[in-house]
Amino acid sequence: MTEQATEKPIYLDYSATTPIDERVVTEMLKYMGPESSFGNPASRSHSFGWEAEAAIEQARKNIADLVGANPKEIIFTSGATESDNLAIKGVAHFNKKRGKHIVTCKTEHKAVLDSCRQLEREGYEVTYLDPMENGLIDLNEFEKALRDDTTLVSIMHVNNEIGVIQDIEAIGKICRERKIVFHVDGAQSAGKVDINLDELPVDLMSFSAHKVYGPKGIGALYVQRKPRVRLEAQMHGGGHERGMRSGTLATHQIVGMGEAFRIAKEEMAEENARLLKLRNKLYDGVKDMEEVYVNGDLDHRIAGNINISFNYVEGESLLMALSNLAISSGSACTSASLEPSYVLRALGRNDELAHSSIRFTMGRYTTEEEVDRTIEHIRKAVDKLRELSPLWDMYKDGIDLDSIEWAAH
Amino acid sequence: MAIYLDNNATTLLDENVLEAMLPYMGQVTGNPSSVHRFGRIQKDAIEQARASVARLAGARAEQVIFTSGGTESNNLVLKGFRQQRPDSRIAVSAVEHLSMLEPAQNLHPAADIIAVDEQGKVGLQHVEQAMTEQTELLSVMTVNNETGVIQELSPVVEFAHENNCFVHTDASQAAGKIAVDFIASGVDAMTLSAHKLYGPIGVGALIVDKRLPISKIQFGGSQENNLRAGTENVPGIVGFGKAAELALESLQTRSEQALELRTAFEKGLKGLTSVSIFAEQAERLPNTVQFGVDGFDGETLLMQLDRKAIAVSSGSACTSGKTEPSHVLNAMKVPTALANSAIRVSFGKNNTMSDVDALLAALTDIIETNRHSSVMMAASV
Repeated sequence: MTEQATEKPIYLDYSATTPIDERVVTEMLKYMGPESSFGNPASRSHSFGWEAEAAIEQARKNIADLVGANPKEIIFTSGATESDNLAIKGVAHFNKKRGKHIVTCKTEHKAVLDSCRQLEREGYEVTYLDPMENGLIDLNEFEKALRDDTTLVSIMHVNNEIGVIQDIEAIGKICRERKIVFHVDGAQSAGKVDINLDELPVDLMSFSAHKVYGPKGIGALYVQRKPRVRLEAQMHGGGHERGMRSGTLATHQIVGMGEAFRIAKEEMAEENARLLKLRNKLYDGVKDMEEVYVNGDLDHRIAGNINISFNYVEGESLLMALSNLAISSGSACTSASLEPSYVLRALGRNDELAHSSIRFTMGRYTTEEEVDRTIEHIRKAVDKLRELSPLWDMYKDGIDLDSIEWAAH
Repeated sequence: MAIYLDNNATTLLDENVLEAMLPYMGQVTGNPSSVHRFGRIQKDAIEQARASVARLAGARAEQVIFTSGGTESNNLVLKGFRQQRPDSRIAVSAVEHLSMLEPAQNLHPAADIIAVDEQGKVGLQHVEQAMTEQTELLSVMTVNNETGVIQELSPVVEFAHENNCFVHTDASQAAGKIAVDFIASGVDAMTLSAHKLYGPIGVGALIVDKRLPISKIQFGGSQENNLRAGTENVPGIVGFGKAAELALESLQTRSEQALELRTAFEKGLKGLTSVSIFAEQAERLPNTVQFGVDGFDGETLLMQLDRKAIAVSSGSACTSGKTEPSHVLNAMKVPTALANSAIRVSFGKNNTMSDVDALLAALTDIIETNRHSSVMMAASV
């Protein structure tokens, strides 16, 4: 057996999903199984239902507390994808008489982009902004894109692939001046970046539990109350969640999300400091290699993310060579496709660089020892693949690869 | 310990189901869409669950689309179909769950209502009345959540198909209680819910035959055969699979046990004055009975039973925040006063004969001793 096959794999894909924290599981189990206080929270007629409702309200408070919101502003959904769909389609539909123009960015998550594409099919117009080379939005370009009939802007807080943090305060201010509804996908920022919705000029924000050590299949949408943001429900049948989202609430899931957000509030500062050290260690461990590029701004970036292009190495081969690392070449949602990351393409990276990029995302259970081993694996794999690569040879011989005309085959 | 007799609202998660879920709620995780081994483990677990749910429903695994629950499944079939056929009309039965009725109302004026008879049954004549030239989708639930009435779907399906119309059925309350066979029934789509059969809340399925024109309504990924975007709720789906497996194995025992309890309960009920069982003549789920107590207010009855630590419902939990009479009983032309006194008892696999005795004793006590004051309360509301 080879060394790789016996070694414990290293999970570095925390932006795809996180393990559930044990403390979260403990809380969830109180609402699952024979010993649980169980019941359908919408049943107002008996105490089984009341206990479930009280637990849900506590969770709502925990979530609100992490992001500086009022619990009444938190609407539960089946996940951030549903939250994004509800926010974007809900606001667009509600305001269709006022205007049918939406502004977003090319590096958004598919849940935002595909919701916008659907609106285009329904007759809306969408402007997809190009970010700057560092992944951040150019505020001047943004402002120029706004029109009189713009009713909605959707910009993510933290990018899932490159981890850059947008200046949502500045973007929100511009939206407020023009009375445009501002939605922020916060799936990758909650629990990683300080968020105070009480002060931020943000109207809607999407959250996911399974990116914050909570369970899969549950998320939330922050819907600002003062001034009140109006949207059309996308799911009907029972009028749960103040008419904005129907369907029986999964008590154990909500409780899990609440506990996950409570823990995040408590431990975020310490965790970020630790993760920043690990990330710097990882980057320091490979940055002396030739032709290594970081994708996205390093200063405006969450602590646990580093996205690196290893030039002249084919991404898929690199993933195969690093099969002991759980990493991705893009977001999980698009990782099955062999297309280069659309996020990196939007930064202006050429196909080759985009193709040779790897996202490393660290989290609560990542250890220094794992980072050490990761560095070792990367150096070994990249060196080996470059040895086999004719492109690398040509580069080393000083041939400008862009000048070569490839024969069609 | 309180007695839970509201199993049509939600069921207690089965211990074996929980045990199956736990490995997916721990330290080892992965996004099912990731190509690395952590992702593949999650993906495999989903596929195994899909096969189990398909077996319970008499469907093929590739026909099973996982959703966040019955409500989403009903929304998906209706809105997803209308996206493909924007000019079509749809018709839904008057006794559908609100998760079908409300999305249908939202399509107004493109939706029609199929009436039911006094036993809550959809007859062919009702379907004919509701259908127009443009009707392309019918939705008739397999069994009703309040009364437990089981519909005869095959003549409806046959008639609909002859008229180039697709059929969806909400089988959330049927699966696990009576035999369900998607392929044999001929329906084109079917809704299922995990938490009605001792699985977790927050997961359901829409079973779709590929002949049904439908597209996703939640965007942002190609999960679930491109019909439902979003990271899958893996522990939930695994739990659903295990619950489906257990439901199929113990279908007969569970239904026989429930019928025994219900028969004993109904026998006792008939000994009480002014009690009428709704849809008594119709074929009903073995575990469900809904009845009215003339001169009483249902909400008051519920509260009094709750004080005696017995949990029942007036009908659908989703409407129990409101005091309006049940739309189901309304459609069956039950007089409003009697409909307002409705109580639904739904037995589950954990109930015993002593629960029946306790419920009967409690009801007797409340009805016989509080009759006068309750009438006064009802009259003053």
